[in-house]
Amino acid sequence: MTTEPRTGARTGPATAPEHRPGTEPGPGTDAQGPATAAYGALPAAAEHPDPATAARLATEAILRDTLDGPARGVLVDSPPGAGKSTLVVRAARELAAAGRRLVLVAQTNAQVDDLVDRLAREQPDLPVGRLHSSDPRPYDPVLDGHEHVRTATNLADLAGLDVVASTAAKWAYVAAARAKQGADAERWEHAIVDEAYQMRSDALLSVGGLFERALFVGDPGQLDPFSAVGAEQWSGLAWDPAASAVTTLLAHHPGLPQHRLPVSWRLPASAAPLVSRAFYPFTPFRSGTGPGERRLTFARRSDGSAADRVLDEAAASGWGLLELPAAHTPRTDPAAVAAVAQVVRRLLERDGTTASERGGGALTADRIAVGTAHRDQAAAVRAALARALPREAADAVAVDTANRLQGMEFDVTVVLHPLSGRPDATAFHLETGRLCVLASRHRHACVVVCRAGVPELLDEHPSTEPVQLGAAVKFPDGWEAHQAVLAHLADHRVRA
Amino acid sequence: MVTLARAEAVAAGRATPLATVRHRHLSDRPLVLVPMTAAGEAAAPLGALVGCDRDRPRLLVVPQPRDRDLRFAFLAELAAEVLPYIESYADGPGDDAEADAAGDAPDGTAAGDGDGDGTERAEEPCADAAQLLVPSRAGVEYVRLLGRSMRFRRTAEDDPDTPHPAPPRVPLLGRWLSHYGERARVPGAALLLSATELLARHWATGQSTVEDQHLGALLAWITDGAAAAERAETGRDAEGQLLVPPAGPATDPAFDNRLLAPAMTRFDRARADGDAAALRAAEDAVARLVESRLRPTWDALWRSYDLLRALPAGAHVPGRWLGDRWSFTAHRDRLRAGEPPQPRRDDAVTAARKLAQRERALAELDAQEALDDPLTMAERRLAGQAFVCRTESVEMAYSEGRRPMPRPLVTVVTDDEPHLEDGGKVYRELPGGRTQRALVAGAGEGRVTVQLQDGMGRSRAPAEGSVPEPGDRVVWTLFEHTARRGPALPDPEDTPWTHGSPAGRTAEEPDRVTAEDFL
Repeated sequence: MTTEPRTGARTGPATAPEHRPGTEPGPGTDAQGPATAAYGALPAAAEHPDPATAARLATEAILRDTLDGPARGVLVDSPPGAGKSTLVVRAARELAAAGRRLVLVAQTNAQVDDLVDRLAREQPDLPVGRLHSSDPRPYDPVLDGHEHVRTATNLADLAGLDVVASTAAKWAYVAAARAKQGADAERWEHAIVDEAYQMRSDALLSVGGLFERALFVGDPGQLDPFSAVGAEQWSGLAWDPAASAVTTLLAHHPGLPQHRLPVSWRLPASAAPLVSRAFYPFTPFRSGTGPGERRLTFARRSDGSAADRVLDEAAASGWGLLELPAAHTPRTDPAAVAAVAQVVRRLLERDGTTASERGGGALTADRIAVGTAHRDQAAAVRAALARALPREAADAVAVDTANRLQGMEFDVTVVLHPLSGRPDATAFHLETGRLCVLASRHRHACVVVCRAGVPELLDEHPSTEPVQLGAAVKFPDGWEAHQAVLAHLADHRVRA
Repeated sequence: MVTLARAEAVAAGRATPLATVRHRHLSDRPLVLVPMTAAGEAAAPLGALVGCDRDRPRLLVVPQPRDRDLRFAFLAELAAEVLPYIESYADGPGDDAEADAAGDAPDGTAAGDGDGDGTERAEEPCADAAQLLVPSRAGVEYVRLLGRSMRFRRTAEDDPDTPHPAPPRVPLLGRWLSHYGERARVPGAALLLSATELLARHWATGQSTVEDQHLGALLAWITDGAAAAERAETGRDAEGQLLVPPAGPATDPAFDNRLLAPAMTRFDRARADGDAAALRAAEDAVARLVESRLRPTWDALWRSYDLLRALPAGAHVPGRWLGDRWSFTAHRDRLRAGEPPQPRRDDAVTAARKLAQRERALAELDAQEALDDPLTMAERRLAGQAFVCRTESVEMAYSEGRRPMPRPLVTVVTDDEPHLEDGGKVYRELPGGRTQRALVAGAGEGRVTVQLQDGMGRSRAPAEGSVPEPGDRVVWTLFEHTARRGPALPDPEDTPWTHGSPAGRTAEEPDRVTAEDFL
């Protein structure tokens, strides 16, 4: 993974739905009326009883607007695991088939590689360019296996290709070089911007001049972009450089068609309602599978320990909360870390088997993830796993922070609760996106390890972020989302 | 580390040092400004002490802050104090933009402050720049606010028809103060500094960071201990007045109600009566009151200055001050070129450029402070982002290719626990300030092997001193020492459609006069 390191405080307002006190359309705002296929037309498709049909209708509407619509931009909100990558690949193929020259913009190298790889597997004869940096190991070597994927550090070496993919950072260099050449530089007809909610407004500013029209795809519930230095002086401006690209785009073009993907194929029937209610209250979605279609079973019986009981609870209901006695602890709480390691260890020792609509199989270490809020917590968990598991298994379990787990999918996740053992609830720990990422990576079950007393902690720390005039208010706020998740987990509690 | 230092400060009842060197530039001749504002109205100055001489501050007072004419008179006097000081630095090298191009091309560290208005740049920065010191962070905000309130004013010369012309030099002062206020937002910049932030960077107290905004209390923690600090913060005399007045610009309500308000009422009455002698007496009374609140802060600020000057400057401090000098020079040139005042709001490109510049400045500041100061580096070592080691062995190796270059493998022993990955990059500072890069070739059991990548000269044998000898103590960091400059942003005229396309760039109108301006 080559995810950019992200540290520092969160800034910038964020996501839909927008409440913009006191803003008028600024200079340069489109005077477009409401577009043809905006939210208004959507519910009918989204509420179709068959999830597959609902998803298909939504995708068709998106492609119609993208290929033939009058608007310069189309925005797609995608909840976790709703087939965002599939949509991007499909749109890329159709745009290429329609003869449009296309750029693909993603935020990290891993995302770009993943997109190019999927595109090449879906349509092996489509020539695709992968523009990359000159660092060592700039792209995933798997791309070298595709006959029609060409890689280069220089755009000139990719001339003639209709689809070129790279990171926003690399495209910014291309844009700067073209600006130097003069105004006659040719623009691309279309762009697909992936993970647009994780893209900062200033990154979009750098690359916005490269293309005429664009499809923006992203998950509004995940972590917002941020800046390590204060950017309050610009908050409320339509072009606040520290806000997300989508915020800026909608501020200037409020009439853009907005779509959403209505079905999560990743989250099981046990998880989708909670995640939808807690994190996407105004744009609900549902799971693609019904209750009982996903099953997690263990070959070995419970030994009666807390770890085994919480695993049984999670296997049966999709959620498990392993509650440790209340205490104020250091960030790398040794007892909580040990509990996480023990849960993972029992998960493997008990020979789990998963069954789902895709078939099933043994639950192996590489299908398990541990999510934390901080990097030192992840390091502590890794060290504990290295002691508890055979080397191979310990290496296979993905242990990382929410930032780095974004966009990934596992069968079972074990989460160290961001507020566990804390004396205070800061904006960082309360951030909605962080909890949303941690609670929405699993296909089968999620086990949360936490010190008792978090609801009381939340009650003592209501959100106190200052409200900025003109800035979109993030809703629901982290405080409320945390309460919703904890209330649900309380029914699946096992005390250690 | 900071938490530990704070805990130690509580235990010892005295502030603990957080730094072994001074991390900000302090001028030999700073201009100190202690402003005070009237309660209940934004940017209504009540008075100020200003000057470069600690024994002879100039006292400026507005006996009735709601009177706009008196306020303008105050601002004109402030301009008469501050502008000659600033202008004394604006002359000198770099003065003549036509000067020969011998100077180093600006490396962009300063590249202005992101305002980049396309002004022709001077070839050299001013030899030194004017430095403004205020007591607290609120003082920095106040400087920005004063600047904002003045820079769009029109003088009689600008517009003979303007109903309430500002005194001639007031808009110019507004533009300078705006520039200083904006520059203060760049991490590590030192054109405008506050005493509380300077002290809090270099000492940890046992009180909260909010309490650290009280200059008197903060200073007492450092010089006299916790008990004195508490007295400074809360002690009141028999009449209920604070022993140590707050560093402002806001005043203590007890002072406002019991002392200031009656004095102002007397002033208003004398003016209404047209009694010149009483007026002068009332004016003096207000001035004495205001001075009695300002003077302790003035003295505390100079004591802070002395404390900080006693620390040796960090090695990278002059480099950062060079950036401030460039910023100062660039603003001077914009003024000379007759450009309009800084706009009220940044456009999309300027905002993005400033944000990028500040993020770069922050990254460099963090790295440079760590390199300059073992106490700061200790924090990075604890976080696994750096390690101090002793060189154990050096094994020569060469790169493949037509001209093999030295790529020695250096094995070191360390007690630190850095978060290393094979193939990860590490950096160290070479004597002379250049940075050497190396790749991690193996780590474990307190040993790390790194392969040096550069900084060894062009010949087959590495340049002297560029490869550590066995026994050498070396600090390697996992973070880079300089921040890479990102790609250039589009010109404001090329603002893309996603950001609303280029907005018309016209000079801004002066602030409109509203009914509220003249109560």
